[in-house]
Amino acid sequence: MSMLTRSSFPIWLLACLGTLVLPWNMQQDGVRLAGLIALGQPDPEASSAFWQALAHGRFWFWPVVAALFLALPGALKAGSRARQAGFLVWGGGLGLAAIVLQGLAIGIQGWSWGWMNALFGELPDRQFGMGLGGSLAALGFLLLLTDGLALRGWFKGDRFVAGAVGVLAGSILVFTAWPVGTVLSQILTPREDLGILAATGARLLDSKIWGLSCVSAPVGCGVFWNTLMLAFSTATLTTLLGLCFALIVTRSGFRAKRALRLLTVLPIITPPFVIGLGLILIFGRSGVINQMFDAVFGIELGRWIYGYGGVLLAQVFSFTPIAFLVLIGVVEGISPAMEEASQTLRASRMRTFTAVTLPLMLPGLANAWLVSFVESLADFGNPIVLGGSFGVLSTEIFFAVVGAQQDFGRAAALAAIMLAVALLAFTLQRVAVGSRSYVSMTGKGDSGLPTPLPRLVRNLAYAVALPWAVLTIVVYAMALAGGFVRVWGRDWTPTLSHFTRAFALERGPEGDLIFSGGAWHSLFTTIELAAIAAPITAGLGLLAAWVLSRQRFRGRTALEFALMLTFAVPGTVIGVAYILTFNLPPLEITGTAIILVACFVFRNLPVGVRSGIAAMSQLDKSLDEAAITLRASTFRALRTVVLPLLKPAIVTALVYSFVRAMTTVSAVIFLVSAEYEMATVFIINRVINGDYGLAIAYCAALIVLMMAAIGLINLLVGRRRLGRRSAALAAAPAAPATTPAGGRA
Amino acid sequence: MSKTGAELRLQGLGKRYGAVQAVKPLDLAIKGGTLTTLLGPSGCGKTTLLRMIAGLEQATEGRIFIGGRDVTLLSAGERNVSMVFQSYALFPHMSVLDNVAYGLVSSGLRKREAHARAEAALETVGLKGFGTRLPSEMSGGQQQRVAVARALVLEPDVLLFDEPLSNLDTRLRRTMREEIRALQQRLGLTVVYVTHDQSEALAVSDMIVVMRNAEIAQAGTPHELYARPDNVFVATFMGEANHVRGRIERIDGPMADVTLDALRLTLPQRGLAAGPVDLVIRPEAIRISDAGGGIAATVARETYMGSHTEYHLATPLGELFCVAPDRLRRRQAGEAVSVTFDPEGVVAVHP
Repeated sequence: MSMLTRSSFPIWLLACLGTLVLPWNMQQDGVRLAGLIALGQPDPEASSAFWQALAHGRFWFWPVVAALFLALPGALKAGSRARQAGFLVWGGGLGLAAIVLQGLAIGIQGWSWGWMNALFGELPDRQFGMGLGGSLAALGFLLLLTDGLALRGWFKGDRFVAGAVGVLAGSILVFTAWPVGTVLSQILTPREDLGILAATGARLLDSKIWGLSCVSAPVGCGVFWNTLMLAFSTATLTTLLGLCFALIVTRSGFRAKRALRLLTVLPIITPPFVIGLGLILIFGRSGVINQMFDAVFGIELGRWIYGYGGVLLAQVFSFTPIAFLVLIGVVEGISPAMEEASQTLRASRMRTFTAVTLPLMLPGLANAWLVSFVESLADFGNPIVLGGSFGVLSTEIFFAVVGAQQDFGRAAALAAIMLAVALLAFTLQRVAVGSRSYVSMTGKGDSGLPTPLPRLVRNLAYAVALPWAVLTIVVYAMALAGGFVRVWGRDWTPTLSHFTRAFALERGPEGDLIFSGGAWHSLFTTIELAAIAAPITAGLGLLAAWVLSRQRFRGRTALEFALMLTFAVPGTVIGVAYILTFNLPPLEITGTAIILVACFVFRNLPVGVRSGIAAMSQLDKSLDEAAITLRASTFRALRTVVLPLLKPAIVTALVYSFVRAMTTVSAVIFLVSAEYEMATVFIINRVINGDYGLAIAYCAALIVLMMAAIGLINLLVGRRRLGRRSAALAAAPAAPATTPAGGRA
Repeated sequence: MSKTGAELRLQGLGKRYGAVQAVKPLDLAIKGGTLTTLLGPSGCGKTTLLRMIAGLEQATEGRIFIGGRDVTLLSAGERNVSMVFQSYALFPHMSVLDNVAYGLVSSGLRKREAHARAEAALETVGLKGFGTRLPSEMSGGQQQRVAVARALVLEPDVLLFDEPLSNLDTRLRRTMREEIRALQQRLGLTVVYVTHDQSEALAVSDMIVVMRNAEIAQAGTPHELYARPDNVFVATFMGEANHVRGRIERIDGPMADVTLDALRLTLPQRGLAAGPVDLVIRPEAIRISDAGGGIAATVARETYMGSHTEYHLATPLGELFCVAPDRLRRRQAGEAVSVTFDPEGVVAVHP
C-alpha cells in the first residue's frame, strides 16, 4: 500500500489519462462512455491531446505530451530523491505552462496574438474550451509539480499539504484572480472613436459616477456618491440597532431573549429582496399604508418608497440582524472581571458602562459597522426592487451589462470602483478586528457575572430595539401575506392561486406526476446545483482552514491574503467577471451548470473557511501532530483525527453553503441561462414584471425550505452530541481549559 | 521491546523564523539508551529543538542523524521517533486502546495484532484493563501513562517528551518522573526530554543540555552541571547560587590560588587567567561559626524551613544566601558571625 500511495505514479497516470486518452476539449453534447477513449477519433474536437497532435496536425499539444514523459522518471522513483524531484518539478511545471499557453494562444478566431500568425501562418481553425481531458491533465501536472516541490523539502516534505496548497492556489487563481483581472483589463479596451487612454479616462471619470450636481440642484448625484451615502447611513443605523439588540440579549433580564436571537437567522434564510417586497406591499402605491391614507384622509402618498429612502429602509431591516450577530460576540467577549473591577473601584454602573464597557467594544463596533457597510455596498436585491431611478453601483453594473447599452467597458469601470471601495472597507475591517481587539481571549473561563446595564441605557435599548423587532416581523408577515391574496391593494380575496401557478402538480395520462407549475424547473435546478456546490464548498473551505491554521510554509501569507481578497469581491463584480472570462476558450463554461457551481463555491468559500478556522482553533494543535508522529500520513491524520472532531463544523459549513447558494442573487443573475435558471433570478424577474403574487409565493416556499433544512441539521447535529460519544465531544473543547496555554519554549 | 534505542546526532542544526533565530546552529551527540533533558527558561528554543528532532518543524540549516541515518528531510512519520505531548494529545473520540493502537494501524498492522500489542503496552505502563475507556474518563496521571504507552508501542528509535509533567500536581509529578526514568532504563530507550524544571532534570537525566537564548549554554551530566557550571547562568539555573567576585593570585598547574576577601582558597583553574574572577558559591557550602578566622558577617534575615534554616548574611562580598542543617544552633537576625567556604561548593566560572 505504502509503495503505491507514497509514489507519484498514480498522479502521473492521471495526467497521462488526461493527455493521451480522454477527449481534451469540452464535448457539446456531453461525454458518452464510448467517447471516453478519444484515440483514433476522426473528429479532432473529440480527440485526446495526443491524438490531436499525432493525427490532426495540432502541433501545439506536443509540448504537453513531452512534459508528461519528462515527469515519468520522477514518478517511477528512479534515482535519488533530488533527481526524482527535478523530473517532477520540471515535468509538472512545463506541462502546466504548456497547457495554459496553448489555451490562451488559440482563441475562437485562430491565434490570439498577431506575431503567432507571422510565425506559424494563419490558423483557419478555432479552439473550443477545455473539457474532461484538459482539466484532468492540468490537475495531474499541478499535483506532479507539488509532489516534486514536496520531495525537494518544501511544505516539510509533505505531499498532501503541497497538493492541497497547489489545488487551493490554482483554483483561486482560475476562479477569482483571473476573472477579476479580466474585468479590470476591460477598462483599458478602446471604444468606438476613442483610443485606449481616452476611453479609459472617459469611463473612469464619467460624471454619471462622480457627479455632485445634487448638492446644488434637485437632481441625482453620481452613482458613486449614491452608493457611498447609502452604505454610510445603512452601516450607522444597523450598527446602532444591532448594539441595542445585542445589549438586550446579553445584558438584561429581557424574557424573550431566545426569540430575539431567532432574528439573526432571518438574513441567512431569506432571499435578499424579500424585505423589499414587504416594503412595497406596505408603502408601495397600492400598499396598505397608502391605501389607508387615501381612504381615511384622501392623501396620495405617492411612490416615495422607490428611491433612497426605500432602499435604506430595506437595507436596515435586512442587515440589522447581521450587525446584531456580530455584536453579540463582541459584547459576550468582554470579560466580566473588567466590569467587576470597575465597580469595586467605586464606579457607578453608568460610569462602568461609558468608561469600561463601551471603549472595550469599540473595535467590535467598528467591525460591525464595516460588515454592514460592505453588505450594503454589495447588496443587489433591495436596490433592484426598490431603487427606481436611484442607482447604486451594483444595479448600474447590471444595467450596463444587461440593458440596451451592453457596455462592458462601463460595467468594468463601475466594477473596479466597487472593488476598490470593498477592498478599502475590508482592509479597514481587518485592522479593526486585528490589531486593536481588546476582547479578552485568554482561553481560561472568566468567572464573574456580566454587569447589568445602567437603567438609562437599558430603557433606551428597549425603546429602540423592541419596536424595530416588531416592525421586522410585520414586514415579513406582509411579505408573506401577499402570496395569499389575489391582487394586493385591489382585490383582497384570499387565494392559493399563486401557489398553484408556481407549484402545480398534475397527473399525466399514465398516472405519472407532472410538475406543471412555473417554479418547479428553477427550484429543482437550484436545489440540484446548491447540493452539488455545498460539499465542494465545505470541503475546500475546511481544507483551506486546516492548511492556513495548521501549516507553516512559504507563501502561506500570500495564500491567506488571496483567500481573504476573494471574500471582499462583491457578487456583482464576480458575476460580470465570470461572463467576461468564461465566455471564451480555454474555459468556455458560460451557460453551463459548471459556471454556476463554481460561482457558488467561490462566493461561499468564506463560510467554509470561517467555520473551519473557528472549529480548528478549538482543537488542540498537538492532536494532529501526535497523529503525525504516530506514523499517520497527513491525510490519515486529517481523516481519522481532525475530521471526526470537526463534525459539527462540517455540517454547519455544508448547510450554510447550501442555503446561501439557494438565496444568492447578485452574481448568479449574470450567469443563468434558459436551461439553468435559479430560483432567485426567477423571482426577481417576476418582481420586475410586477407579478408580486407568484414571487411571494415562491419566496415563502424558499423560506420554509431553508428553515426546514437548518432545523433538520440542528436536530441532527444536536442529537449526535447526545449520542454515545457525548463524553468525548464534551471533553474536546474542555481540554484547552484544563491545560492552560503556554509552556512552549 | 527490548532493543536499545538509537544514537541521535545533531550537526549544525538551526532554525530561523524570518529574522528571529529560534535555535542557533548547534552540535549535539546523544548516546543510545540514555535520557537527555533539554533544560532552559521559556523562549530559549528547547521545544523548537525537540520539534525539529520530531520532524514537526523543519530545520533551516544543519542535519539530524538517528542511528547514523540522515533524517533531516524526512517527514515526522518516516523518522521512527515518537513524542509525548505536553497536553498528551490523546484523541478524545477514540478509546484508550484505539489511541494506543493508532500508530500501529497507521504503520499498516492489522487491527487485531495492533490491539494485542497495544494491550501489552498498556500493561507495561500499569494500565491493564483500561483499554475500553475514553481518555476523558481517566485521571491526569493515567492519561499521561496512556500517552507514554501510545508512544512506546511503536518501539521508536528516539522517544521525545515535551514537558510531560507540567499538567500534573507536585506529588504526582515526582511519581511519574520516577516511572518514566525506570521505564527508560528497563527498556533501554533513547529519550530526549524537555523541561524547565531543574529538579526534574537533575532527577531523571543521564545528560542535561542547558539552553539559553537559542543556544547551548552547557551540556553534561547532572553532577557536572551542578558542581562545575561553566558560567553564572548555568550555575544559577541549576540551583541556588551566590555570585561573588574574587581574584586569582597565582595559577599552579591545574589549580588556582584565589583570594576572597580575607579567605584564600585553592580551586581548579578551569582555563582562567590570573586577575579578577567570577565565583559561584552554593548555599550549602557556606559554613557559619561564632569565632573569627573567616569573613566577618551579620545575619540579616533567617527563615525556618523545617528540615533546614535559610540565612541571608551581610558580608563585605555582598549579601550571601546560605542553608544550614537545623541541628546546628539557630542564629538570630543581627547576630555577628564568621563565614568560611567548603571548597567543593565554590567554582570559578566564566562570566
